[in-house]
Amino acid sequence: MITKLTHLCIYVLNQDSAYDFYINKLGFAVHTDAPMGEGARWLTVTPPEQPELEITLFLVAEGGMFDKETVAAMTGLIKKGTFGAAVFTCNDLMATYQELKTKGVVFKKPPTKEFYGYEALFIDDSGNWFSLSQLNS
Amino acid sequence: MEQYEKLYLYKRIVQSKLFIDNNFAENIDLDNIADQACFSKSHFIRLFKSIYGKSPHNYMVSVRIKKAKKLLAEGVSVLDVCQRVGFDSPTSFTATFKKLAGKTPSEYGSQAAEKKRAIVVNPLSAVPNCFAQTHGWIK
Repeated sequence: MITKLTHLCIYVLNQDSAYDFYINKLGFAVHTDAPMGEGARWLTVTPPEQPELEITLFLVAEGGMFDKETVAAMTGLIKKGTFGAAVFTCNDLMATYQELKTKGVVFKKPPTKEFYGYEALFIDDSGNWFSLSQLNS
Repeated sequence: MEQYEKLYLYKRIVQSKLFIDNNFAENIDLDNIADQACFSKSHFIRLFKSIYGKSPHNYMVSVRIKKAKKLLAEGVSVLDVCQRVGFDSPTSFTATFKKLAGKTPSEYGSQAAEKKRAIVVNPLSAVPNCFAQTHGWIK
């Protein structure tokens, strides 16, 4: 039977700026940063309290199952903000919102009361959007 | 006005937290941080803990250990790491590291070095096959 989630994939347009965003701005940790030859890179990061959950920062680039047309389509969709990749939670949304804004994170929606708690929406350096929530206790 | 005051209060606590993030290796006077944030020490600790789940001191220690892990994974010696993250002695550093990380700094550094070696020898050992195939790294 399925027991847990170990890898999650986020498609990014530049791994250097994604590294800076997820590590230096969001405060995630590097799990694996391995050069794969010919400029390719396997880069995974983990949220602060989930060191076993690897978030793959998957570069959208030609190669393997990604042909030129697919790359163009994916790039357009990501830049357009089509993909909402995940929900992150925090202990205190207002404090986390203030801190991330200070670090330059762009928010699409400020902290707003929802039936499940409080929620804000931010986008990463590529254009993927995320929910940042403080859930009702 | 109440909303504005609450935001202002959050800003002061967040600035204090960011100050700890950027100066964790220094001998930080937490009384001074409370003063600069315009709180009494006890009020500052209570607010900080309510937001971050830890006292300012424990938060500072956790930041030091997080940085220590990064340096150990880069191959920096235990003694150098101890000094660079702001611990007074290798003994206190080792005890605190083991308490928070579940292993000694040496053990952590050795395991990180072994993982690095394994990736150099075979980079694909770190990548689930499904992703390696998607990338075209294996047929």
